[in-house]
Amino acid sequence: MSVDALNELAAHIAEKQADAVLGTDVSAHGELTVEIAPAALVEFVDWLKSDPTCKFSTLIDITAVDYPERDRRFEVVWHFLSMYQNHRIRVKCGLRDDEMLASITSVHPGAGWYEREVYDMFGILFTGHADLRRILTDYGFRGHPLRKDFPTTGYTEVRYDEELKRVVYEPVKLVQEYRQFDFMSPWEGADYVLPGDEKAGEKAGS
Amino acid sequence: MMDGSKGFSDAETGEQKIRNFNINFGPQHPAAHGVLRLVLELDGEICERCDPHIGLLHRGTEKLMESRTYLQNLPYFDRLDYVGTMNQEHAWVLAIEKMTRTEVPRRAQLIRVLYCEIGRILNHLLNVTTQALDVGALTPPLWGFEEREKLMIFYERACGARLHAAYFRPGGVHQDLPEALIDDIDQWADEFPKALDDIDTLLTENRIFKQRNVDIGVVTEQDIQEWGFSGVMVRGSGFAWDLRRAQPYECYDEFDFQIPVGKNGDCYDRYLCRMAEMRESRSIIKQACAKLREEGPGEIMARGKISPPKRGEMKTSMEALIHHFKLYTEGFHVPEGEIYAAVEAPKGEFGVYLVADGTNKPYRAKLRAPGYAHLQAMDHLCRGHQLADVSAILGSLDIVFGEVDR
Repeated sequence: MSVDALNELAAHIAEKQADAVLGTDVSAHGELTVEIAPAALVEFVDWLKSDPTCKFSTLIDITAVDYPERDRRFEVVWHFLSMYQNHRIRVKCGLRDDEMLASITSVHPGAGWYEREVYDMFGILFTGHADLRRILTDYGFRGHPLRKDFPTTGYTEVRYDEELKRVVYEPVKLVQEYRQFDFMSPWEGADYVLPGDEKAGEKAGS
Repeated sequence: MMDGSKGFSDAETGEQKIRNFNINFGPQHPAAHGVLRLVLELDGEICERCDPHIGLLHRGTEKLMESRTYLQNLPYFDRLDYVGTMNQEHAWVLAIEKMTRTEVPRRAQLIRVLYCEIGRILNHLLNVTTQALDVGALTPPLWGFEEREKLMIFYERACGARLHAAYFRPGGVHQDLPEALIDDIDQWADEFPKALDDIDTLLTENRIFKQRNVDIGVVTEQDIQEWGFSGVMVRGSGFAWDLRRAQPYECYDEFDFQIPVGKNGDCYDRYLCRMAEMRESRSIIKQACAKLREEGPGEIMARGKISPPKRGEMKTSMEALIHHFKLYTEGFHVPEGEIYAAVEAPKGEFGVYLVADGTNKPYRAKLRAPGYAHLQAMDHLCRGHQLADVSAILGSLDIVFGEVDR
């Protein structure tokens, strides 16, 4: 899809849905991204589906990205595809930790599992979802693994206990610390003081 | 009290006392295609509700990917859908190549197309034959797996691994193909239709197979849109949607192939689609082999920051040696931005949503697996069908748990 056609589409969406759209962007890779206000979500998605120019009839994916340092911590991302017009769109909206989003299952029934997954992985609640259970993690799991403050190793580990004849849950015990090597080049990328180089900064400063 | 004020509960006939019955299908069931637990609510033999419990194979791939470099993440893609592995690596390398604006050399593109189609045949052979197994036929898997074995040897001869290939690399492919291998693949492609015809004669007109599949699990155009179907699930209903044609990637646009479509959208049509797709893939393999031979040897990796230097160069050039060391420790950096790259994997649209923050590791990578969307529709498709149809529908959805659970 050419960038011109996407620009046209972006202008069309921004014009027709001026209330919902906060900004549009066509990247150099040929992708259209639309940022919307969380409150207008369901209406906007419904419009995307029914508008003859857009006709984004297929929901490809829902996911989120966690930016702990931002005020609006989560960025929820929807991908839509139109098999009729053969184009794609990415819809985004920022969300604070304590905010909830409306579920789009009324427009796209297929959103059900994707929203469950986002809830499972990030702890974002969707109002109006009929069955917002965890999906990928264990029964009785605690925490939301894809948040940046959740450790990769997790908190619990399981093993089969020969005496109790069942699987038991225990706090995770690592024989060796989880290794996270820092290979970043000191010339580009590393913005910390290198070991043995602590005095260099002082000298330069004085 | 005998005046009847209690109601008629003790006078109910046996038929009135029947209540819905819940059963667990799996996680240890041969027709569950791995570790699927289906909670089925049955009214007699009729399935009233179907609640798939997934996640028993969840390995946290997306979380793990955030703490590994782009190159270290590549082998995780083999472990998603472990049947057609290279097709998924393809999505990952395409995402990286788009972000870094890397031009893949011609020969590498042809090799990728060749191996993607081998992956497609690998996948369809497994699915078609195990679906037959699900509905009671034992011979097709035995015959189909023989062909799969031959294809896996082609995998092995290209990269050393039969399943978890890690063969596609950002910028190209890891190793060049030897001349003899191309000849052997070409020869195999000549012989394959015979094996396919054999499976065809076993299944296509088989009375039992047809009784179990025709008019079962019908997918309409509305279902396709509502549930986000892709791949054969779409094409089986007469909708000619194929990313290789609609949004061509690599060099698929110069290959000559048809997109087989079904008519009724039932399990049987999806089976026919897969059989026809294998024949098309075979023809693409033949074309790719011919092109590879015609164009002769060439570069298979875009030499630059994101790919390793040649072995010979490393013996004489200090810079090449340093580059090699840094590439395999620190890895390469991907410019800040985001991308969604999708390929037509054998099961449907497999996509990667990559958010890069300019470092050597992805900030977030979301894997969009076709099986996830398809399995979600189980409840919708199974409602009102017989219990025995559940496994036929499940088989025709083409589910592999590696990609559903991630």
